[in-house]
Parts: sequence; C-alpha cells; structure tokens
Amino acid sequence: MSDLAIQARRLTRYFGAKRVVYDLNLSVPRGSIFGFLGRNGSGKTTTLRMILGLLSPSWGESLVLGHDSRCLSPAIRARIGYLAEGHPVHGWMRVKDAQAYQSRFYPRWNDELFQSVLAFFRVDPNTRARNMSRGERAGLCLAMTLAPEPDLLILDDPAIGLDPVARRSLLESMVYATRKADRTIIFSSHLLADIERMADHIAVLDYSILRAQCSLETFRSCVQQFVLTFDGSPPRLPPMRGLIQSISRGSQLRLMLVNVSQDIRTTMQGLGAMRIDEVPISLEDAFVSYLGGTLESDRPTPSPELALSAGGLS
Amino acid sequence: MPFEIAISTGSAVPIYRQIVDQICRGIAAGKLTAGEQAPSVRALAEDLVLNPNTVARAYADLIRDGVLEAQKGKGVFVAKRRPIYTKAERSRRLEASLDAYVNEGIKLGFTAEELHEALERKLAQFQTNRE
Repeated sequence: MSDLAIQARRLTRYFGAKRVVYDLNLSVPRGSIFGFLGRNGSGKTTTLRMILGLLSPSWGESLVLGHDSRCLSPAIRARIGYLAEGHPVHGWMRVKDAQAYQSRFYPRWNDELFQSVLAFFRVDPNTRARNMSRGERAGLCLAMTLAPEPDLLILDDPAIGLDPVARRSLLESMVYATRKADRTIIFSSHLLADIERMADHIAVLDYSILRAQCSLETFRSCVQQFVLTFDGSPPRLPPMRGLIQSISRGSQLRLMLVNVSQDIRTTMQGLGAMRIDEVPISLEDAFVSYLGGTLESDRPTPSPELALSAGGLS
Repeated sequence: MPFEIAISTGSAVPIYRQIVDQICRGIAAGKLTAGEQAPSVRALAEDLVLNPNTVARAYADLIRDGVLEAQKGKGVFVAKRRPIYTKAERSRRLEASLDAYVNEGIKLGFTAEELHEALERKLAQFQTNRE
C-alpha cells in the first residue's frame, strides 16, 4: 500500500473563467494529521471536494487511498469519512434516526465510538437535529463521520462556529480518532492554535495556488524574524530574496524572511546595524506574514524560491 | 502524579519544545524523581489534547539526551543517572557549541580578545554561582 493517503497531481479547477485551484500537487502522508490552511476563498473546499470525487477537476488528477478520485467504489468510499463544511444535518432527524440511517451504509460501524463522541459534545440523544446548538450539531456530524471507522478522515473546517468548549471536544475527538494506527486526518482550519495542537504536516493555499507544503516544524523553522537596531534611522533595503515583510520603527528594522540563506545573512550584516537579533515568532505571526505580508511583489504567483515546496522541504 | 505540563499555543516556543523544557524543569525542581514512570505518549497526548506525534517527538529528544529512558515493554521512565556520553561524543558536543559561539561572535563583529574575555567572564560567573 502506498505511503500516501492522498496524492494530487496538477489538480486544477475553474468555475467559468474563475481559477479556483491551480496546478496543485499535494501529498498527504498516511498516518499524518494534515492541516490545510489558507484564507477564505483560497480553494480549500474545492480541493477537498475534488479529492473526494464530488467535483471533477478541469484537469489534473488525484488518488485517494491509492484509487482514482473520479471512480471510487462504495467499498473505498466507506473507508473515507467526510465532514462537510458547516456541519450539515437532516433537521427532522433525532440522534437515533441519524444513527439508524447512517449505520446501515457502513459495515464497520462502531456504535461505542458513536456514543462516546456524542458524549464528548454532551449531545442529548432525544434532540432533533434542527433544534441543536452549533456545537451539538458538530458533535452529531463528527460522530457520524467517525463511527464508520474510516481510514481517512476529511474534515472541512470542522471548528467553524464552535465555542471554545465544543472546539476542545472536537480536538479531543480527533486525538481519540488517532488511536487507530495509520489513520490519516486532513482538516482545514483558520485557527492556528488548533493547527499547532493537531497538525504534523501542513499545506498552505493562497489565491488557488499551493504556497507551502511541509511539516509544521519545517514551516516554523523556515520563517524567521530578525530585528536590526541602527544608530539612527534604518537604511533603504536592497532587494532581498525571501523577504516577506519589513517594518521600520524608529531605529529598528524588523525583517520577516523565508529560507534564510548565507547570502541573505551577508546582506543583512552589510546594512550597518549595531546589532542583529533573531526574535522567535509564534506560528500565527509566521503564517500571517507568510500570507499577508506587506510586500506585494511575490503575489499572486510566488517565486519558486519562496514557496516551501514538498520536494525541497518535507 | 502532582507534576503537570501546561501547553500554551501561540507561543514562539514550539509545543514539543515546551514539553521537553517542562519535563527537564520538573526533574531539576525535584518534582519528577529518577525511576519514576512517565505517562505514555498516547496518555499524555490525550491528556494535553495534542497530536501524539508531537509528544513522541518530545520524548525522542528526551530519550536521546538521557533525560528519560525507555524500557522495552514497560514504558518510559525518568533516567536514573545524569547522561554520560562517550569521550568522543562529549568532545563532539563541546566542539559544536564552540563553533556556534565563535561563529556567532565573529558574525556580530567581536574580536578574538573580546570573545576570549566574554568566555572567561562567563566561566567566572558560573564558578561564583556554584560557591
């Protein structure tokens, strides 16, 4: 069996003239918890839907659990758990209706797991889905996604709209789900704290293009912040490869850099600063700078040196 | 176990590093004693709500540095002795940290004498702290 749970090659999708996903190469290692990041509208949901075979690509292809996404058999589908964005439920169903309905499709239905996920979210089994809070609905959806014991879990923004307690229950359920060896989870999120807790690998989509794909640790170590202190006001910066943000404040110049090379260090040292300090940053700061940097020169198409590629840094 | 690990997200310190640091501090403070069993990777991951790979990464570092030791089939324990490296390994590690010191110092524009003095000062400081 392949070491990849998901493999996408040159996956591309247009809606009319609008490019939503472009030339995406994605490799999700089996057994990983893979965080899928990107701003709203960057193409995350479209990508997941193509991988699931719910939407056909304009071109390109993807394999999921080693099978072509475009023609997944029911047996393969039963091994994939998909939580669609927004926690959709059938409003008229009570928990036991949902359970009776869903369990019939799945040979490996684990009712104990179903009940324990509901308990994590404190869902009263007699509530109708339409009367549930957002958190309870999320619990029901997640229970229905996990109970079939899928090998691959695809969670599209599972934390959306959840309060902190329900969010924690979600994360607890995800950790619980990893009790089964080799289970792969891919989830999209805007919550960097959740990514930090859960993800070992990440992919970053930006304006339909994959900007980074690597381990979380690699991402953190590749985005570095330096504070240069000058005697007087900082000089004008020469062009620096890998510079994603520069902020000048008083006699200090704060530089955010990706993939700092020896050349860049030499350039920095040549600026005449009294001192150069590397100041560690949080994942959130690294991510915001990476995607929302004040320098426009690298968008929408990043230079290959800037993008943390799967080939170079994984 | 009264010893608790507290994880903060949004920190500049990666989570696996927070675990390593807190276990080392727990041992230094006597909250964890030699021979004590550490929670399993799975138990700690579920307790702290973390990716088990992150906990495994922290434990691997701690085992590599001789802080924890894994006993096959029994679990992970606080190591009995301070880590003892081979002579070659000790030299290698000292060499690596000297490289880092000298490189950084020269990069920052210090002269050889200044680096020398700084090292002397640091050693003297350590001596005073110990006495």
